[in-house]
Amino acid sequence: MSDRTVDRVAQATPERVARKIRGLSDRAIAWIFISPTIFLLLAINIFPLIWTIQLSFTNYKANRIGREVKDVGLRNYERILTDSDTWLNMQATAHFLFWTIFFQVLIGFTLAWLINKKFKGNDLWTTIIVLPMMLSPAVVGNFWKFLYQPQIGLFNYIVSWFTGKDPSSFEMLGSVNLAPWAIVIVDTWMWTPFVMLICLAGLRSIPDYIYEAAEIDRASKLRQFFTITIPMVLPFLMLAVLFRGIENFKMFDLVVQLTGGGPGSVTELTSINLKREAFEKWRTGYASAYAIILFVTVFGLASIYVKALNKVKQR
Amino acid sequence: MTYTKLASASAIVLAATTLSTKANAEDLTLCWAAWDPANALVELSKEFEAESGHTMNFEFVPWPNFADRMLNELNSGGKLCDLLIGDSQWIGGGAENGHYVQLNDFFDAEGISMDDFAPATVYAYSTWPKGTPNYYALPAMGDANGWFYRKDWFENPEIQAAYKEATGQDLREPQSQKELLQIAQFFQGREIDGKTVYGAAIFTERGSEGITMGVTGALYPWGFKYENTPGSYDMEGAVNSPEAVEALEFYKEFYKTATPPGYTNSYMGESLDAFKSGQVAMAMNWFAFFPGLYADPNTGGDKIDFFVNPPQNQAGSTLGGQGISVVSYSDKQDAALEYIKWFAQPEVQAKWWELGGYSAHNSVLEDPGFVDSQPFAGDFLEAMAGVQDFWQEPAYAELLLAMQKRIHDYVVADQGTAQEALDLLIEDWTEVFEDEGKL
Repeated sequence: MSDRTVDRVAQATPERVARKIRGLSDRAIAWIFISPTIFLLLAINIFPLIWTIQLSFTNYKANRIGREVKDVGLRNYERILTDSDTWLNMQATAHFLFWTIFFQVLIGFTLAWLINKKFKGNDLWTTIIVLPMMLSPAVVGNFWKFLYQPQIGLFNYIVSWFTGKDPSSFEMLGSVNLAPWAIVIVDTWMWTPFVMLICLAGLRSIPDYIYEAAEIDRASKLRQFFTITIPMVLPFLMLAVLFRGIENFKMFDLVVQLTGGGPGSVTELTSINLKREAFEKWRTGYASAYAIILFVTVFGLASIYVKALNKVKQR
Repeated sequence: MTYTKLASASAIVLAATTLSTKANAEDLTLCWAAWDPANALVELSKEFEAESGHTMNFEFVPWPNFADRMLNELNSGGKLCDLLIGDSQWIGGGAENGHYVQLNDFFDAEGISMDDFAPATVYAYSTWPKGTPNYYALPAMGDANGWFYRKDWFENPEIQAAYKEATGQDLREPQSQKELLQIAQFFQGREIDGKTVYGAAIFTERGSEGITMGVTGALYPWGFKYENTPGSYDMEGAVNSPEAVEALEFYKEFYKTATPPGYTNSYMGESLDAFKSGQVAMAMNWFAFFPGLYADPNTGGDKIDFFVNPPQNQAGSTLGGQGISVVSYSDKQDAALEYIKWFAQPEVQAKWWELGGYSAHNSVLEDPGFVDSQPFAGDFLEAMAGVQDFWQEPAYAELLLAMQKRIHDYVVADQGTAQEALDLLIEDWTEVFEDEGKL
């Protein structure tokens, strides 16, 4: 009996269809199977991307169908890149991105390390810790809004209890200095469990015999941590950073619920601004250029990062 | 035999009539914002259903999402709404983009005269281009931004004495913007009935239109103008005039010194909550909410009173309110026009006011009993005489969002000066009008 894919497929199909299939090559069969996926990919990803690139060079407005569409060349790109507000949004996004990842990695790894120590109630604690990431961002945004309320919010009262400050003397969401940190705190609370789970998978993948060998060599716990634990968990950690980085670069829902981009524009992340340009101001051409700039930024950074990740894995 | 024939004939006629009514009966959908007057309209529309045989469905969207939801619906040529009570600022886009049906021929055919409605409302809610007799809506809901206050606190002798001592003046309904601020500052942080209360709830919302609607309540009384010459789009010296700068600084001072803590992103709902929870002495909000506020068992009745937005250099109130339009993408335009014809009748308008809607019909507004019909009716009339509206251009959303950003950046986020905020606003608006080919 032949091992050809075409024969195996033909055997599993009705005779009438099988006769037709037998006449096809393996390559043709493979194309038949993957063509729906390729078609969907082209229709859903590639075509909109090409269309967006084309629109980014025009003054098109999706809410003004009858309006003449003019080719404006690189004007949209020039406007975006020379607009100081764009850089303020980028700055706000970078602040959010850096600090959320920093805290999530720090706390997530610490929690994973603690959970990895076998103790009573270990599973229960794991379940409790991962609860926040199971909630909807809209719900999280809303209840943290209440927690941050200066007059009745629990957060302010807790801070007040520790610092002795009047609870209503500071506004986490209303202060220009505190609001960027308020959104970092909420995102960290929600997504640290995700980083913890990935780190936990990494920690549990380290074979015990490596530590046993290190013990025989009389390596201290600290040395074991830095020469075994960290290097072996690093690829997992870097993967978590990649996921969280991409997610937080396009952060929208949570921050919109919490601050709406305010006060002023201090928490207006790039995705919030993009949505305003595209679907509130309806500057479709301009928003397309903005989207392309963001896409190139994320794609470029992610590519560099993935290369680094692969190097770490190969070590 | 004759009786049998007669009975049969009657039955046939009856059946035919019923069938014909059923055949013409439509399921109409009216879209509006989700707020108190919308509930009154549901009640009012029951009469239309009974008279016409049509069924009315309603799509009410909360205010913060109303513009987004409805403008997306119109822009996509959606058939969800047959009738739309859209914001006054949408009229330009509704007309120029072909979303609304022009109603002139219909009005002429049905004998509906725009002279029967208050001129300010016709100008603001119905016409495009402004001031021309091209009608795209029937004035449905007159509205303006006004004020309400804790009458029981204002009449409290101890509080009155404390105010007199602090300011040397009598505590009364404010007669100017500066007096309004003075009173609000007096109440800020004061202990009343063992509770700390604050001056006033004003609009500071960033996302939709809140802070713009609030700040224009200060800008208009100071004499703010959008253009030096109407229709010319020459904004330099008008939008950033010394009066406008002073008004904007005033609004910021108000926000910083006389509002409750955490009041950084607040609009209608937050204003109502702050007042009803006894947190503030005064609050700004749309007249549309006043019937509900007056009826509130805790802070309404004898405890509340109302006043029109106080003047400064001149009288001026921010226009709210909407006109009712027929959506051009609707397949049921005839039935939708029937609704407008019914709604325009003086007796329906009188009932509309009675139920809590703000009629703009002269027969209601000029009725001798109107001023005394509600404690806020006189203030409503006074406010409507001095209203000003935001740009009603097709690019209104871009213009509005630019103002939201510049004002919020200055007032709430402490960025730059009032002069800089208004200068930047002119730059933003100039860019929009250049894109529109109007400059």
